Amino acid sequence: MFKNKNQPSGVDTVENAKSEPDKDQPWKELGLKQDEYESIKEILGRRPTSSELAMYSVMWSEHCSYKSSKIYLRQFGEKVTPEMKKHLMVGMGENAGVVDIGEGLAVTFKVESHNHPSYIEPFQGAATGVGGIVRDILSMGARPVAVMDQLRFGAPQDPDTTRVVHGVVDGISFYGNCLGLPNIGGETVFDKVYQGNPLVNALSIGALKHEDLQLAKATNPGDLVILFGARTGADGIGGVSVLASETFGDEGPTKRPAVQVGDPFAEKVLIECCLELFHAGVVAGIQDLGGAGISCATSELASNGGKGMKIQLKNVLLRDESLTPEEILMSESQERMCAVVPKKKLKDFEKIVNKWEVEYSVLGEVIDEDRLYIDWGHEEIVNVPPRTVAHDGPVYDRPVEYPKYQDALNADSSSKLKRAETEAAAQLMELISSPNHADKSWITNQYDKYVMGNTALAMPDDGGMMRISEETGLGVALATDANGKYCYLDPYEGARQALAEAYRNVAVTGAAPRAVTNCLNFGSPENPEVMWQFKQATAGLADACQELGIPVTGGNVSFYNQTGETAIYPTPVVGVLGVIDDVARRVPSGWQDDGNNIYLLGTTYDELDGSAWAKDLHNHLGGRPPKVDLQKEKELASLLYGATQQGLIEAAHDVSEGGLGIAILEASLRFNVGARIWLTELMERDGVNLTAALFSESQSRVIVSVGREDDVKFQALCEARGVPVLRIGVTDKENQAVDIQGVAKLDLAAIRGAWAGVLPGLY
Amino acid sequence: MPKIIVEIMPKQDLLDPQGKAVANALVRGGNKDISGVRIGKRIELHFDREVTEKDIEEAKKQAKEFLSNDVIEDVVAVTVEN
Repeated sequence: MFKNKNQPSGVDTVENAKSEPDKDQPWKELGLKQDEYESIKEILGRRPTSSELAMYSVMWSEHCSYKSSKIYLRQFGEKVTPEMKKHLMVGMGENAGVVDIGEGLAVTFKVESHNHPSYIEPFQGAATGVGGIVRDILSMGARPVAVMDQLRFGAPQDPDTTRVVHGVVDGISFYGNCLGLPNIGGETVFDKVYQGNPLVNALSIGALKHEDLQLAKATNPGDLVILFGARTGADGIGGVSVLASETFGDEGPTKRPAVQVGDPFAEKVLIECCLELFHAGVVAGIQDLGGAGISCATSELASNGGKGMKIQLKNVLLRDESLTPEEILMSESQERMCAVVPKKKLKDFEKIVNKWEVEYSVLGEVIDEDRLYIDWGHEEIVNVPPRTVAHDGPVYDRPVEYPKYQDALNADSSSKLKRAETEAAAQLMELISSPNHADKSWITNQYDKYVMGNTALAMPDDGGMMRISEETGLGVALATDANGKYCYLDPYEGARQALAEAYRNVAVTGAAPRAVTNCLNFGSPENPEVMWQFKQATAGLADACQELGIPVTGGNVSFYNQTGETAIYPTPVVGVLGVIDDVARRVPSGWQDDGNNIYLLGTTYDELDGSAWAKDLHNHLGGRPPKVDLQKEKELASLLYGATQQGLIEAAHDVSEGGLGIAILEASLRFNVGARIWLTELMERDGVNLTAALFSESQSRVIVSVGREDDVKFQALCEARGVPVLRIGVTDKENQAVDIQGVAKLDLAAIRGAWAGVLPGLY
Repeated sequence: MPKIIVEIMPKQDLLDPQGKAVANALVRGGNKDISGVRIGKRIELHFDREVTEKDIEEAKKQAKEFLSNDVIEDVVAVTVEN
């Protein structure tokens, strides 16, 4: 059908916006507040067109603009010293932080939430969560080398948990396994606070040579703006503003907008295609398309480069021809990238994408003007300053209020709980067979852990470790942690603890901690008590990073994690990246040889508030979380590093949730090597009773096994570094049991039976 | 054998990676006029007796709530072969 070129198509144009200034617009339905709508009008000097409204609404949503968290996130940039930035090649604000690891190599890593989509459609939600974070890593110029997932599910027995667990685990394994990326670790926690709002955080790591670094910038006028990868369809339209920023009702998944469907095989091709484009040097800037799709990519590329763009939206390749311009701008179709390509490189660009059979279209070009123009055919539908869309969105200093329940919560100590020491063995067995401490291999075995052959450590070790250089063995270790219970009791201390534990988990692998990423999962920012939690947690994390001397390189905030009025526990997932000069020196979390000495490093205090012992065995949560002493963490990490460099340590395992008792069982189960343990000396030295010795969750503690021949050297090293050390047992290969004197002799087979059968039994 | 046949398709506006892959293969194989493929599924519910109105009602309910994922799929037909 032939249409007159100059006939109006009926879309809302800039012209219309001027001639019909009073038109009613659905700003409220798009999630904007009255004053936000007014400020858009102020910026433009007129009402926005419907396309502009779509762009602003999606880019000014909490998910994209960080409007409630920005004022707190600044401290991650402010509380850093030049020393901390020494290894940082790219810091916060880009798609992901980049850290120099030496030998001309760098790694980039980031964790992001995909919580709400994963509740609505667990399989595709979790799958596209993996796909999204992998594209973030790719857009820095890196080859993605591994993924990890931090999962929080509702009560283990609830039937809806079954739906979510199966969907999420299947989705992650589907996407990650199809991409051929190893999944090297993560977390799985069950608690009824996550019932209507599970947390699905996805992390990816990528490796690159220094010279391959790419940035999301459009700096040269005349360069072409090219969209490539999958076609644009009606996937997750409004997903960003509607899905990610509103709360679920009590009645469950009633709001069911279109979700995104991922295609990992298309992403795999896109990865290889992008890497070839980078190496050929044909790309001047690149941005992945995630939430807010084309709206985000065009405005951010232009804003980051301090330039403008002129875009022809009709050039976007569509899967569905009936899409309106507003929908095209907001679509969250997966597996798309936006590149800025110098005109003279277009031929080279085409050659490479054609080779990979990746579709592309030139959308427009970079202009030397602070303006983003988008046309629909001959009609102008967007004419805005790109910075106002991408970076100068609203910033809120939301009301903060000390929670009314907080004092009573902190006063409700676990000291009132009965400590039946004769039942210690039974309690230990009950804990190891509770879903939070049971074997997670039912989940992790569904993921490829060793594909590509560079995985040095993976679950169930404390941290994941990847070899980056096959020539020298240079590698990185990564661990993530967050204890929602501690953060609920004290968000400041809880966030510090999350960092301390991730730091320690990296240190026990033999790597030196170097950089931090985070994914801050909280309730509604419109609730002043939640905002207080957020304020405390970010301050705690920023202070702790400064004290440990490792910078935050990037991260993500997820608000509105709640069902009805009930928010989740504040859950700031903290990831720490460490560097190891040769992965051959890695240390596993379980003992292997017979007759090695087992040492406990650190001091045990009577700290059972917020512990697994209190919560999982007595259904009690109150009091104060364990104290964190970061100076001690530093000394401990430096001791572990020194000892592994000298090859003194056979195994090292972090003592955290569940306490020393659980740590000993886990270290024994790892390679099926038992132990004889005595605790009387520990109880005397630290002045604690048996329950505290076994279940206290005091920080800065690690158990290690050391060969007899290295004993003197190891003890001397501990003394020199001032780290408390106490021999608490020996490894025992013969007996196939964990014999804790004065408690019980527990058969390894019985422990394994109780530990391994839980998740397969539930799901 | 009496049976109820439930046909399910991915929602019209969602990506269908399987369909896309097959469409590409068909075009590569020379079927230039095929402009797209979408792949759904056919589910047969077998009975050892005649299918009743009540069975059909129940099948429709199960088709919507259990056999399909109504976030990403549509039930396009529920038919009977007696």
